[in-house]
Amino acid sequence: MAEAIKLTTPLEKQDMEKLRVGDRVLLSGKIYTGRDMAHRRFLELIEKGEKLPIDLRGQIIYYVGPTPAKPGYPIGSCGPTTSYRMDKFTPTLHKMGLAASIGKGKRSPAVREAIKEYQGVYFVATGGVAALICKSVKSSKVIAYDDLGPEAVREMEVVDLPLTVGNDCQGGDVFEEGVKKYGK
Amino acid sequence: MREIETKQVAETVAQLCMDANYELPDDVVAALEKARENEVSDVGKAVFDEIFENMKIAKEERLPMCQDCGSAVLMIELGQDVHLIGGDFYEAVNEGVKKGYQDGYLRKSMTYDPVLTRANTKDNTPAIIHVDIVPGEKVKILFCPKGGGCENMSAIKMMSAGDGMEGVKKFVVDFVRNASGNPCPPTVIGIGIGGTFDKCAYLAKKAVLRSPLGSHHPDERYAQVEKELLEEINSLGIGPMGFGGRTTALGVHIETHPAHVAMMPVALNMNCHVARQKTAII
Repeated sequence: MAEAIKLTTPLEKQDMEKLRVGDRVLLSGKIYTGRDMAHRRFLELIEKGEKLPIDLRGQIIYYVGPTPAKPGYPIGSCGPTTSYRMDKFTPTLHKMGLAASIGKGKRSPAVREAIKEYQGVYFVATGGVAALICKSVKSSKVIAYDDLGPEAVREMEVVDLPLTVGNDCQGGDVFEEGVKKYGK
Repeated sequence: MREIETKQVAETVAQLCMDANYELPDDVVAALEKARENEVSDVGKAVFDEIFENMKIAKEERLPMCQDCGSAVLMIELGQDVHLIGGDFYEAVNEGVKKGYQDGYLRKSMTYDPVLTRANTKDNTPAIIHVDIVPGEKVKILFCPKGGGCENMSAIKMMSAGDGMEGVKKFVVDFVRNASGNPCPPTVIGIGIGGTFDKCAYLAKKAVLRSPLGSHHPDERYAQVEKELLEEINSLGIGPMGFGGRTTALGVHIETHPAHVAMMPVALNMNCHVARQKTAII
């Protein structure tokens, strides 16, 4: 198969334009983590017109709740969680400038529409390969919502994090295309 | 009559919690290897490469294969000639879970209350414990760390006898199709048929945990349905992680129980490709 595409954060519009569903990507740079509760808090701040703990422009949110780090490791095993639980929040975040999210599983039509409208991308990390993904994480620190434990917002430095493009800015969907191609 | 200290039960459970999260059973590895050979999709093959690389790292470095170290599900067969001494049996099992998850750097995912507070119990207890009383003087403990992603892709339907086997198959295939990549395919599909609402769900869990993976129902007619469903599910094209491909399920297991004349309940439970379980006998 084709060579994986190397990308570095923050992502630019031209990065997004060349990505197509099914492409394999190796991502490096700073990314942020957040799950259900962090998303709810972000949206509450946005509704009140208050500042978010992170500037979303060009950034990436990874849906992950890691295991506790063993001594000598920056983080524990840290694979993706299922994305649909964040679907109701994601369009607003793309509108605020979020470039991409990383999770697993299908997104809603509203999220796909937002990715198209705001030129974003949805990356899928392989579920259940959390020890492998842990090896791509070079550092990790909690930057907001420490009270949420594994669900706190972290800033992570990653090198060559292996991903697959799930939804691209052309409106493509890897899950639909896969079934079309391989379904009998 | 054989006396067993509940302390020994706790120690065994703690060890099972760690081992099950770091390493897959041989039959699951074999099923994944076979599936990898059959996969034709490039992106599907790339997912298999990651799965095997992950297994290697997790085993060598004693790291959890998945960050979701699950609800602690235990299926225990308690010999009727065993006398448990030295404390409460259920407390001992929960002590073991607590120790295993703490010492093993495993993620604790249980909350005190399912709706209102959602505050984490911080030790992954309480465990979900099923006990069967069996002949003999041994205690057999099966531990399964059951991930939330695949457990959420479960369903039960109170079908009518008139729906027949065709109805059962349609219910299963439609559900797997809609679940797409969410349960982290290739999955193991467990189906319970018969009994009451509660019994049927329990049968589906027994089915998903059947070992070895890919073994069949003793009744040839159900064994045939298992084979047909596996073929049909793998024809859906969902593939590894839902990216498209030939491997959507590694196995389909059906467990059955007699049913009331007015009833035909069917339950479906899935396991992800990290189909973890480990058994110990005391």
